[in-house]
Amino acid sequence: MMESCNCIEPQWPADELLMKYQYISDFFIALAYFSIPLELIYFVKKSAVFPYRWVLVQFGAFIVLCGATHLINLWTFTTHSRTVAIVMTAAKVLTAVVSCATALMLVHIIPDLLSVKTREVFLKNKAAELDREMGLIRTQEETGRHVRMLTHEIRSTLDRHTILKTTLVELGRTLALEECALWMPTRTGLELQLSYTLRQQNPVGHSVPIHLPVINQVFSSNRAVKISPNCPVARLRPLAGKHMPGEVVAVRVPLLHLSNFQINDWPELSTKRYALMVLMLPSDSARQWHVHELELVEVVADQVAVALSHAAILEESMRARDLLMEQNVALDLARREAETAIRARNDFLAVMNHEMRTPMHAIIALSSLLQETELTPEQRLMVETILKSSNLLATLINDVLDLSRLEDGSLQLDIGTFNLHSVFKEVLNLIKPVASVKKLLVTLTLAQDLPVYAVGDEKRLMQTILNVVGNAVKFSKEGSISITAFVAKSESLRDSRAQDFFLVPSDNHFYLRVQVKDTGSGISPQDIPKLFTKFSQTQSQATTNSGGSGLGLAICKRFVNLMEGHIWLESEGLGKGCIATFIVKLGIPEQSNESKLPFVPKVPANHGQTNFLGLKVLVMDDNGVSRTVTKGLLMHLGCDVTSVSSSEECLRAVSHEHQVVFVDVCAPGIDGYELAVGIREKFSKRHEKPLIVALAGNTDKVTKENCMRVGINGVILKPVSVDKMRSILSELLEHRVLYEAI
Amino acid sequence: MDVMSQLRRQLLEHTAFLRKEGFLDDQFEQLQKLQDENSPDFVVEVVSIFFEDSEKLLNNMAKALEQKIVDFKQVDAHVHQFKGSSASIGAMRVKNVCIEFRNYCEAQNVEECFRCMQKLQYEYVLLKNQLEYLFRVEQQIRAAGG
Repeated sequence: MMESCNCIEPQWPADELLMKYQYISDFFIALAYFSIPLELIYFVKKSAVFPYRWVLVQFGAFIVLCGATHLINLWTFTTHSRTVAIVMTAAKVLTAVVSCATALMLVHIIPDLLSVKTREVFLKNKAAELDREMGLIRTQEETGRHVRMLTHEIRSTLDRHTILKTTLVELGRTLALEECALWMPTRTGLELQLSYTLRQQNPVGHSVPIHLPVINQVFSSNRAVKISPNCPVARLRPLAGKHMPGEVVAVRVPLLHLSNFQINDWPELSTKRYALMVLMLPSDSARQWHVHELELVEVVADQVAVALSHAAILEESMRARDLLMEQNVALDLARREAETAIRARNDFLAVMNHEMRTPMHAIIALSSLLQETELTPEQRLMVETILKSSNLLATLINDVLDLSRLEDGSLQLDIGTFNLHSVFKEVLNLIKPVASVKKLLVTLTLAQDLPVYAVGDEKRLMQTILNVVGNAVKFSKEGSISITAFVAKSESLRDSRAQDFFLVPSDNHFYLRVQVKDTGSGISPQDIPKLFTKFSQTQSQATTNSGGSGLGLAICKRFVNLMEGHIWLESEGLGKGCIATFIVKLGIPEQSNESKLPFVPKVPANHGQTNFLGLKVLVMDDNGVSRTVTKGLLMHLGCDVTSVSSSEECLRAVSHEHQVVFVDVCAPGIDGYELAVGIREKFSKRHEKPLIVALAGNTDKVTKENCMRVGINGVILKPVSVDKMRSILSELLEHRVLYEAI
Repeated sequence: MDVMSQLRRQLLEHTAFLRKEGFLDDQFEQLQKLQDENSPDFVVEVVSIFFEDSEKLLNNMAKALEQKIVDFKQVDAHVHQFKGSSASIGAMRVKNVCIEFRNYCEAQNVEECFRCMQKLQYEYVLLKNQLEYLFRVEQQIRAAGG
């Protein structure tokens, strides 16, 4: 019989073919179902950011169970045991549970997944936007960098051309311009001339009038202004027809002058000249001028202005320096030439001085010697003339030398203490012979308050006085010459012509004023200014041929100036005489020179030299008694006395050994004065001339003047005591003068 | 030595007297000063010369004044000389007369000149006597060993 089996039989007996197909399909389904989770696991593992793991697990479980179901289904095609059926049922139940859970789960998950997608799109957009902005910022930063570099380039040079060229080049590079041009105003200021371009090497000299409206528009604002590509300043190249020209921008560049730089006022208002900078974008590029590019252009334009003005300043100062250097060189050359000339002149003078003086000395010396010998009167006359002429020539040589040294400024005064009164006396001595020949009366008046001693250049003062007095004598044919000397006070100057000369009184200086009046030929007023110029002679001088080189007064003037004084001449006209006046500044000797104070007649007995031992003296007195007395007196003092009783004897006896000659001037038969003159003339050299003392019966003014006139060094009143004689001799030998104050 | 001092005293007195009377002035003293070892007789020498000159001059003066036409210039010249000499030795009174004389010569007043001349002669003689006396005393002093 048939046993009852636990096997489950299918519902209907299956067809074999259908069953086979089902069998295969189930198998594949199971396979697929099992492989999907594997794939899922694999990719999830790979992704690492999948947020819904739990869902995956669920899904995996669902699929696995489905697969299991289908797998188990494979056994149900044939008779299968109960176990299989149970397993199958279990699997199905599980599958059902899981799939329901999954389905429920998906309700939550799918909206989430969708929103993720939305966010993704949003973020992408944002990223794109940020990218764009980033690009912009970078561009701006680059622009800024360009500006800095441009400025640096522009300011790194002080050469105008380099500045402008660099500007154009850098601008062109930074902004990628097609063309960049600079138009400068011409000298007249009425036109703009094309001066620099970027692409063209040598810009052709285009020029446009400055008063075009577009130019005015650009110049009136400090911003970069867009202009039409068709306007004259923008049309630099011939239009190529098809090309669409790029946008053009123009900006003004102020041209500043040195004077424009005020501290507080940036030259907005004060500058008048502008250059025009034109910038063209590449044609056909469809590029537009961006704001930052315009700003860049403006900044650059300003910088260029500053750089140009610096360059201008530099140019100016370089030019000035070059000019100065040139002048320096020229001056140096001139100075060296002048020095050479002066040296040459000095050399010449020194040589000529020596060369001229040597023969002069010979002539003078030998003529003097000749004079000493036995000569016939004609011969003597000739020799005397030779001597006079050579003395004159020697004086002339000295004058010329002095004058040139005076002009150099190399002459300096020999300052020393000297007897002022004796200077005048000496001058008088020198001039009296000449004056007496012309029968001119010469008088000397020394003021009471005139110091006897002064500090100054004795030799040159004497030269000056002598010159002035000499002129007076020279130009007077008859009449008198009066010399007055006194201390000048400020009041006394007002009446004279020395208005531009001021006395500066001080404690240790005084002003000596000497006036020489003559009754000679006078000077016409128009000649007076010329008097002190060297080598000039007035008409009257030239015609009368009175000799002289015309140097005397010029030298006097210079001496007087050196002595801080003033000299001038006054004359009422021709034939009306002349008054020459000069004032010089002399020092007052210090009190320590008390011992050399003015000669006081009553001097204590032991004053001065008391021993005149061996002093050779000659006494001329026709009165035997007084002769003897005088001789005794002098012998008592130790002198070696020779006494004579007549003029002839005196002249014969007098020699260069006699230091003092006492001459009686009161003797009626003998002209003592003439004798004095004779004695002086016998000795030409100054140091050989003996001192001549007149013994007179009275010492009134007339006697004194007469004595001074002939060059007598002193006058003594007869009779004379021992002490008096002693003091007289000592005074005489010390100072070579013996006049008491008048 | 008593003699010496007496003589000296005499000398001094006389000199003082002469000075007081105006015969001599300081110049004579100066002359005396000049007398030293080198020229012991200096004063005497000078005075001797003076005497000689004076006599000569006085003679000349007299002669000149006796002329019909008096040459006053010459007279004046002589007087001038005399004046000089007398001044040199200190003969004051003589000198003064000379001065006066010269004025009259200048005035060309013959009478007065004559009178002056006489006066001059008178004074001169006086002085001469005085000086001679003086010198005698001095000589005595010297002889006595002073």
